[in-house]
Formats: sequence, C-alpha cells, structure tokens
Amino acid sequence: MAKIEELKKLSTQVRRDIVRMVHAVNSGHPGGSLGCVEYFVALYGEVMKHNPQNFTMDGKNEDLFFLSNGHISPVYYSVLAHSGYFPVKELNTFRKINTRLQGHPTTHDGLPGVRIASGSLGQGMSVAIGAALTKKLNGDNHTVYSLHGDGELQEGQIWEATLYAAANKVDNYIATVDYNGRQIDGDVDKILSLGNLKAKFEAFGWTVLENHEGNNLESVITSFNTAKTYLGKGKPIMVIMKTEMGQGVDYMMGTHKWHGSAPNDEQLKKALDQLPVTLGDY
Amino acid sequence: MKKYTFTEKKDTRSGFGAGLSELGKINPDVVALCADLTGSLKMDAFQKEHPERFFQVGIAEANMMGIAAGLTIGGKIPFTGTFANFSTGRVYDQIRQSIAYSEKNVKICASHAGLTLGEDGATHQILEDIGLMKMLPHMVVVNPCDYNQTKAATLAIAKHEGPVYLRFGRPAVPNFTETNGTFEIGKAVMLNEGTDVTIIATGHLVWKAIEAGEKLAGKGISAEIINIHTIKPLDNEAILKSVRKTRCVVTAEEHQMNGGLGDSVAQLLSRHLPTPQEFVAVNDSFGESGTPDELMTKYGLDSINIVQAVELVMKRK
Repeated sequence: MAKIEELKKLSTQVRRDIVRMVHAVNSGHPGGSLGCVEYFVALYGEVMKHNPQNFTMDGKNEDLFFLSNGHISPVYYSVLAHSGYFPVKELNTFRKINTRLQGHPTTHDGLPGVRIASGSLGQGMSVAIGAALTKKLNGDNHTVYSLHGDGELQEGQIWEATLYAAANKVDNYIATVDYNGRQIDGDVDKILSLGNLKAKFEAFGWTVLENHEGNNLESVITSFNTAKTYLGKGKPIMVIMKTEMGQGVDYMMGTHKWHGSAPNDEQLKKALDQLPVTLGDY
Repeated sequence: MKKYTFTEKKDTRSGFGAGLSELGKINPDVVALCADLTGSLKMDAFQKEHPERFFQVGIAEANMMGIAAGLTIGGKIPFTGTFANFSTGRVYDQIRQSIAYSEKNVKICASHAGLTLGEDGATHQILEDIGLMKMLPHMVVVNPCDYNQTKAATLAIAKHEGPVYLRFGRPAVPNFTETNGTFEIGKAVMLNEGTDVTIIATGHLVWKAIEAGEKLAGKGISAEIINIHTIKPLDNEAILKSVRKTRCVVTAEEHQMNGGLGDSVAQLLSRHLPTPQEFVAVNDSFGESGTPDELMTKYGLDSINIVQAVELVMKRK
C-alpha cells in the first residue's frame, strides 16, 4: 500500500498544480481536470507500461494513451511532468507565449508524452483505434487507452468510431468516459441527454464497465485491472467513470461553472488551503 | 509546338489504384482505408492483395481520417480513399487537427474531383478542395494530369514524410505522359517552350492546355506550357523563369477561381513579378448534372477558353 499512499500524495499535488496553472494565466479548464486526477494518476502511475524517459512518437512496445477531451490539459500536463516526460517546472509555462504546454495539447511543439493534438472534440477515439490497429499489425501486444468527456459524446464522430471498433473487434483498446454530467452550458442531461449510456455502448457491441467512484484512486485502479481482463476477447472496452467536476476544491464542486473558468487570487488561496503541499510546488 | 500523342484514354483514378497496388508490394508499411468506395477509387487490387492492410471503414469519413492519423503512430503510411468532396470539406476539422496540426504522415487520396465527376451533379462536384487543402500549413497538394502521372505521383508521395492531398478524377482522359516516368513533388514539368504567353495548367486542364497550344500555334502564337502537378509547394522558380520571358500568364484548372492554382500563381507574381494574368477556372459557381464534356464546355474549362484567355492577356502586356 506504500505505493497507493505515494499516488494519493501525487493526486493532491496534481490538484495544486491544476489550480495554480489556470490561475497564473487566468484561463484554462480546472473543473474537468480536477475530476480526472485519479484517472490520470492511476493510469500513468500504476496501469500503463510506458517509457517517460525515452519518449518516441511511434510508441512501439509500450502502452499508449490519447486524450480526446483536450481541454483538460492541466491534469494531463501535470501528470506527464510528474511521470518524468518533461521537467515539472515547465508547468509554469502553461498557456504562455512560446510554450510547449499549449492551451490544448499538441505534437506541434514537441512536448514529450503527447502523440496527437486534441481540443476540437470527438476525434480521439478514432485516433486511438488507428493506433490500436497498428499495434495489431506490428504484433505489439500492448494496450491503447483513451479518455473522453461525457459532453464530448454528443459529437457524431464518436459514434462512427464506436461502431467501427466493435465491428472490427478492436480488443486491445480501453476507452473511458469521464461521466461527470456537466458541460459548459450546464448539465449534460439538460443540454443533450446521453440517455442510458451503458446500454448504448453495449448495444454497439462493447464490453462496458461502470465505476461509480472515479475519484477513489483504489477503485479506479481496480476498474482498470478488471478492464484489462477483457482485453483480447473480441470486443473494445469502455469504462463509464463517474467523477465530480472540480473534485477537491469545495466551491468548484456541484456546478458546471468551473468547467472553463480560472480562480482569482482569493479563490486560489481558498483552493490551496484545501490542498496541502505533498511533493512540492513547481 | 511540341507534338503530344496518346494511344488511349484512361482515368486518373485507375492510375492511383495501380500505384497503390504497386506500393503494397514494395512497401510493407503502406496501409489503405476506404469509406465504401473501393471500386470507384480502384482500390480493389490492394484490398485483394493485402487484406490485412486494408481497412473498410464504411460511410464514416471523419472516423476514417482519425483512424488514419492513429495508424501512423507505430510507423504505418495510411492512404485514405474517397471522393474529393468527402476527403476535404466533409472532414476538414479532422484533417486540420488530427492530421495536419498533428503532423501525421497520412496520404489523403481523393477521386472524382471537379466537374468531370459528371452526372451526379453539384453535391459531389467539389471545386473548392485545392483551396481548402493548400491553406493548411505544410500540407502538400498534388493534382496530376493523366493515368501515368497519377500512378507516379502515388508512388512518390509514399516517400514524402508528412501529410499529402492527392487529387484525381473519374473520366478517361488522354494518357500522354511517360510510362513509369519520374515524379518529383514540387517540380513543374515543362511541356512546351514558347515566347508569347505562359500557360500554367493542372490536372485535367493540362491536356486542354496542350490542345490550346496547338490552336494558338496555328494563329502564330508561341505558348509556353507548364504542367503544375504540385500546387503546394509551388515551383516558384519555374514559373518566374517562364513569366520573365513571356510577360503574361494564363492559369487553367478544374476548380473555383477563388483559392485554386491561379490564386497561388497570382500571389507569387504579385510579390515578385507583377504580371497580367487571366484565369480559366469556375467563376464562383456550383456545378450541375451533365456529361464531363458538356460541363467543361458550359463552365468555360475547354481548350477554346484557354485560347480566348491567352488572346485577352496578351493584349494586356
């Protein structure tokens, strides 16, 4: 359990990084980032076999991750940095001129860890499927992961990809939906309801797992481990992961208002008071 | 006027199919994707010869572009195939973000471009694709003129690292370039040296330019004819060298006047060598149903239109 405790400390530090990053440039997306901390910490700290010190675009003989909802770049960047892909102090450049840490992730500036640009929603599942197909062609028995927002599922391309992955038995692939129920304009149910999401993916032919505790690190790791037992069985795998937008900062929880807004100085202090320094600030 | 002959008419899409089949044999990293138009794109041979490297994605072009981007991660060289309309306008954002901005080595291969798609009409006759694609940073845009050149271009783009848009068409047109000729991306092909006017043509308009050159020779006008098979990067040196000599230019393309080859040439000349220019292109209009020949006549893309444009531009020197 020593490692779990370390990963929990990392989770708290990542949350500090997120609110400090968006505060520093008065822009960015803290809500979804805070909600997906456990997902990223589990994936990069425990689940994936990956090579942060020797990043290659081709990523042969390692697991791959694709972030489809690119606006939650703060959590992605923080976890990549703490995993060793690039110096943690570079988080200080987020969204600033000449940075590799663009508002939305990109390969364009050579940031290690990023293999596709994302931001315009709905594209990451197709990309992940392509990467999974190449792994099969290459005889590379590693897994491809992707993360999607629930609001993002309103994009039609997602359903093209969902159909394709099942029809073509893309079974070296574990997708996850960040099911926080909120998007910019309000509750997903009010904007454009997804209906019974589990039934939808099952009807498309996927293996679907649900995790109702997406902000519980042990639970997220258990979900990944369960999902892995379905690899290679002829179906793509979807984890519907219930999270809380803004998790860890009380005033950012229970609302969609912090989807894409940065805290001011006073709000930052209030947030950091709830998130003690664990590994040191960048 | 140099004499050009051909033994048969062939469709450029078949040149693509032949090139792709050959690539399949010589390059194990080449993979192909198609959105339910395998027969129309002439991708059947590759599909039959390399079923494990062929991905039928169904009528889902956005997904096809994303999958193609992903396939590059791990070293594959994906060739996507569908009509030009569905290869560009329908999937512009996918190409922009997942392929162009992400610097993925995807070859976007687009058939049935322009009016010569014919009877299906304007919904399928894209005339904006060159403009859309050339605006994307670092996208290479190739529009070969006949079967042999399309086959050669297909082989050549596999060796280029980075995204490429390869545009070709449906109808059988004179196949006059060299069999198994070389194809150098970004290198203009001088078809006829002349002194009075430079005609710069791309795609199906190249043969029309040759026909126009013969008509002009009969009128005592010496036309220099350049085949620009690569619209981006444009062969600036070849164009400037020719125009310095002739001091007037006609561009010819099966595309909107806005955003096409003519625009690229005008931009080059306005910066380096301001020169009278006339444009043979579709003038701010959609197409319609009809035979390819009827459409090329109605929309002013025939050899006679090039002749008229030459006579007009020479008066402006």
